[in-house]
Amino acid sequence: MSDPGRTGHPDHGAEPAAGPAAPEGAASGAARPSGVGHRLRRARPGTWFLSACGLVILLCAAVPWLIAPGDPLAIAPRESFRAPGWGHPFGTDESGRDLFTRVVHGTRSSVLIGVLSTLLGVGLGAVLGLITGLGRRWVDAAGSRLIDAMLAFPTLLLALLLIAVRGPGVATVIVAVGLSSAPGYARLLRSEVRRVSRTGHVEAARMLGKGPLTIVWRHILPGALGPLLAVATLGVGQAIVWASALGYLGLGAPPPEPEWGAMLNAGRTYISNGWWMTVFPGLAIVGVGVVATLAGRRLSARWAGRGGAR
Amino acid sequence: MSSETAGAAGTAGTPGRPVAGASVVSARGLRVAFDGVQVVRGIDLSIAPGTCLALVGESGSGKSVTARALVGLTGGSVAADELTVAGADALSLSERAWRSVRGRRVGTVLQDALGSLDPLRPVGREVADAARLAGIPLDLPALLRSVGLDPAAAARRPDELSGGMRQRALIAAALAADPELVIADEPTTALDTTRQAVVLSLLRARVDAGGALLFITHDLAAARRVADEVAIMDAGRIVERGPVAEVLAAPASAEGRRLVASVPWERPRCERLLPDAGGSGSAAASRGGGGGDAGGAGTAGTRPGGAAGVVRATGGRGAGPGEAPGGDPTRATRVGVVVPSLEAAGGTPVLELDRVSIRHRGAEAPTVVGASLRLERGRTLGLVGESGSGKSTLLRAAAGLVPLEAGEVRLGGEAWSALPERRRRKRRRELAMIVQDPLGSFEPRWSVGTILTDALGRRDARAVEELLESVHLPAGVAGAHPRTLSGGQRQRVAIARALAVRPAVLLCDEPVSALDASVQARVLDLLDELQEERGLAILLVSHDLGVIRHASDELAVLDGGTIVESGATEAVLASPRHPFTRELIEAAPRLR
Amino acid sequence: MHDDARPAPGPTSRGVPGAVAVPGAAAPGAADTVTVGSGTAGAGTAGAGKVGSGTAGAGEGPGEVPASASPLAAAGRPGAGAPLPRGRRRAWWVSALWRLLGAVVAIWLVATLGFAVLQALPGDPAEAALGGPGSQASAAALQAAREQFGLDLPLPQQYLNYLGNLLRGDFGISYGQKRPVVEVIAPLLWPTLLLALCSLAVAWVLALLTAVIATGRSRVAARLASALELVASVLPGFWLAAVLVIVFSTQLRWFPAVSDNSARGLVLPTLALAIPLAGYLAQGMREGMLSALDAPFAAAARTRGETPRGLRWRHALRHGLVPGINLSGWAFGYLISGAVVVETVFARPGLGRALLTAVTARDVPLVLGVTLVSALGYVLVTLLADALVALVDRRAAA
Repeated sequence: MSDPGRTGHPDHGAEPAAGPAAPEGAASGAARPSGVGHRLRRARPGTWFLSACGLVILLCAAVPWLIAPGDPLAIAPRESFRAPGWGHPFGTDESGRDLFTRVVHGTRSSVLIGVLSTLLGVGLGAVLGLITGLGRRWVDAAGSRLIDAMLAFPTLLLALLLIAVRGPGVATVIVAVGLSSAPGYARLLRSEVRRVSRTGHVEAARMLGKGPLTIVWRHILPGALGPLLAVATLGVGQAIVWASALGYLGLGAPPPEPEWGAMLNAGRTYISNGWWMTVFPGLAIVGVGVVATLAGRRLSARWAGRGGAR
Repeated sequence: MSSETAGAAGTAGTPGRPVAGASVVSARGLRVAFDGVQVVRGIDLSIAPGTCLALVGESGSGKSVTARALVGLTGGSVAADELTVAGADALSLSERAWRSVRGRRVGTVLQDALGSLDPLRPVGREVADAARLAGIPLDLPALLRSVGLDPAAAARRPDELSGGMRQRALIAAALAADPELVIADEPTTALDTTRQAVVLSLLRARVDAGGALLFITHDLAAARRVADEVAIMDAGRIVERGPVAEVLAAPASAEGRRLVASVPWERPRCERLLPDAGGSGSAAASRGGGGGDAGGAGTAGTRPGGAAGVVRATGGRGAGPGEAPGGDPTRATRVGVVVPSLEAAGGTPVLELDRVSIRHRGAEAPTVVGASLRLERGRTLGLVGESGSGKSTLLRAAAGLVPLEAGEVRLGGEAWSALPERRRRKRRRELAMIVQDPLGSFEPRWSVGTILTDALGRRDARAVEELLESVHLPAGVAGAHPRTLSGGQRQRVAIARALAVRPAVLLCDEPVSALDASVQARVLDLLDELQEERGLAILLVSHDLGVIRHASDELAVLDGGTIVESGATEAVLASPRHPFTRELIEAAPRLR
Repeated sequence: MHDDARPAPGPTSRGVPGAVAVPGAAAPGAADTVTVGSGTAGAGTAGAGKVGSGTAGAGEGPGEVPASASPLAAAGRPGAGAPLPRGRRRAWWVSALWRLLGAVVAIWLVATLGFAVLQALPGDPAEAALGGPGSQASAAALQAAREQFGLDLPLPQQYLNYLGNLLRGDFGISYGQKRPVVEVIAPLLWPTLLLALCSLAVAWVLALLTAVIATGRSRVAARLASALELVASVLPGFWLAAVLVIVFSTQLRWFPAVSDNSARGLVLPTLALAIPLAGYLAQGMREGMLSALDAPFAAAARTRGETPRGLRWRHALRHGLVPGINLSGWAFGYLISGAVVVETVFARPGLGRALLTAVTARDVPLVLGVTLVSALGYVLVTLLADALVALVDRRAAA
């Protein structure tokens, strides 16, 4: 229903250029300069900082030896339990391994676990969300109930259940964290698909005589996937936290492996005499989490601004 | 130049009015700037008790900012030679002092009836807020009754009330602390015309009871109903002011003439509302100036004919000065033909709705019951009704977007609604639709060029250019994103997209109701022009009888899902049979 | 519609990044499409469409039903002015019944998923019941066990038996402890619930405080509050617990490193769980409050002479509560998950620790039992949260 009543008069528009408020004929300025250079110049300092942090994380994951040239597994019993200092900025663990090296080298497996489980969750969620979002009413009703039921399993409990069935290990952790995040993504995608399906531009596409496949591919998916992408970025941080929790419980990567969760698990025993073993790997998790969350928020805001939220 | 006009008009309007000392509000040289950009550029105002000043102007003219300056809520920097509000020197008021002015001395009614009440609080609390904050005892039931609300509404949440009731509640909220001045900022824009009439008379009653009212509107017709004096604003200045009747009868300023010319009621069917803009879209940029003069001349020309009354209008149409492009054969047949009812009209209709009933899934009552319409080539059928009457639903049913419960829609004499969607899809391009919110109907990631290319179904820069040209947009718009365009331009792009499929039928769902009066006039003119060029059949849905009257050959009045009356537009308007039609006519926005 | 029609913020998607951050944060069935966020709901047709779809999941989505007569409509014509694109408002008990039905269905599905997990177990369940592959049970003993647990019955029959057992509160027998799962869980339930409830309460207080400061007039304080809230929300609970132990137990010796049910013992684990949760809640509340402060009704309230403080407490706070409550259903699951690790850090007796032992021993019936109980808890808490939201925001009730 397009009621005149819903409209209101454009006089209260916040930006004069963006509303019907602007006088007709302002078209001359309409062609907004675009292009990468322009976008870079417009980027806020926050974006720069965020990109820099992302780059550091990426470097740590891809080429850790550039940043920490040592061997993360090399033991030096005489050097054990060194507090953070010049030689060992993050200290050493019970076998004298340098914690800084281990934290840097742990980036790859921790981030990989987070990314892989998010991908799995997004993939599963996308299938479920698309089926419920695009399907007929009864499909939607059934699918939505299923999503609700899956949401009822607390993340870690679902993971533990899976580990109880399949035994511990990195693969299980990835599957478990992915599975437990899937219903959230499914639900988001479902509501996004439904929202986009109802928008005027999808109706306009129907009026142009386009078929359902074209409409889904050209209009609904591009509109619905943006918000999903943003949330998935946030989700990577969450996945890393949950995966490290499982590692902390000793259910993830086996001990000598430089993985943040496993390192925290090792630090557990020496909590009273080696605080650095607990603090630094955790800080790494927090750092990655903050970067992922900020990036996700940026993406969210951007999609909202793009008319994704209309 | 224009400031001198303003000054002159100001002094001309003042005689007969109480002097500034007795005014509730008085401003001299009021200026408001945001980030160094002056939005209000030195205006004078004064309102005496028992009078209403209407501040009229289009979006961006600075009228709302002026209103907010009077309650200290602009958010920008306010300067003035003198600014007295309810006896206080507003220029020296602290924020705390302002709070005791707001609500207590100056009540404000805002435009957005849905948004202006907190959805999580009972309406009664919102209404009583001003009195509570001012520490004044309040008889809430009496207040609610005085604006025509059931006192039981106090316990309701805003979304449980209709739009008209919410607007009344807002008026009650503004009156709660019995302020000397009421500022009503576009209070009726969100309402149906019949509701508008009620709200306007409520406001007028306040004035007659001795209150002062500042009425902000873009709608001259609304100003006519409420105000004693009108001030026309353009680009931050008051360009004309005077008693309402005088200004509307003979606007002296270009902006005034343009506004008057833009009111479609009583303007003959084929006449361009703003002839100056008809030729080129870029001329739209020339606000006021010579263009406005041309418009004014057109108005002056029609006035005698219009004054002769509605009865003559059907026959008199051919005599209108707008008949200049009269060589068109479709035009010729149209002029002077009196069609007693839609059913009796001859020829094969392009689009035909046969006793259509629509019921939304899960709804108890059908939205539309037994509606029949026929639409012929080169003609416009207006569908008028209030929100919720089912007019948009009916239009969407004609588009094949809504399943029917009963009846049939035929397109070009062949089955349409009866077809399965798969087969209907192939014929979709015979129809095109324009909606109220063009921006929402564009894929958000696409530029204008992409949108048009997509609609054309082929990559053809030349065709895109031609489409833009046909709606009087410069070719450069193709690279722009719709978000960066103005409302009128967006609607032109929507029309261009509709033309891309070379439709036989154009379905228009409130195409101009979100636009400023003059922009609305230009879009209506464009539709008229395209219809002449291409012989389009247009189904025009609007809540505004003025738009319908100006733009359609036949009309159907929809009330509560039923077509209560239909026929040739002027014939129906000259002798309405149904009480609802009469009510609509009574409430229609007009200047006389 | 217009550009000035803000997208109606809802707790589900873009409106609240905090909520988005949490996959599946919104309450099931309820917050999905009903716009709860702010007063700008339906400021445009797009927004209106959103509101309209209501409870599609419950099989009742009214879609685009035009407004029917409001009970008070003086003029009698339906939906005068700007009607809400919503069907006849259902009686509260009808929608409550639908919610209840939805919850029952969800619980049934949860149980069914549990059954699927049992079926997916590698190896012979009868053997597992007798002590696992290493038990060297005789063929006769295995057969007896099969008959005892009904494992020789056809699958549908087993499924019905399983559901029947669950209804009677029989969650099977723990492999590890050789006792009914219920007996193992029951005494551990209270310590964990106590921890969860304390954490939820503390998280709410912290979140409200942060949200109120973050929406306040002091820009520095607001920035600080937002930053705190961001960092808090990504803190891993178990790591925070460990850090708290290092600081307050081993260094300052204010609180014990081993937790019991005493007030002193509860402080550290409660904080470890509550701080990250508060981060999430605060995000939701802050967004809700900010969108309320931006909404036209806030401007309208100011024209009535409302003070900034009044604006925040009388108007914005309610709008902040709604997303907060909506998140609380999810928070329950989060707390139970968190309890598992935090209880381990503090060597605290509870469901979490029992669960961890069971997982290490691969005691599937016990793990499944705990999981089912917490899923049931989640569904109930969500139902409660929905009811609470409906109290604050009547639009969500229908």
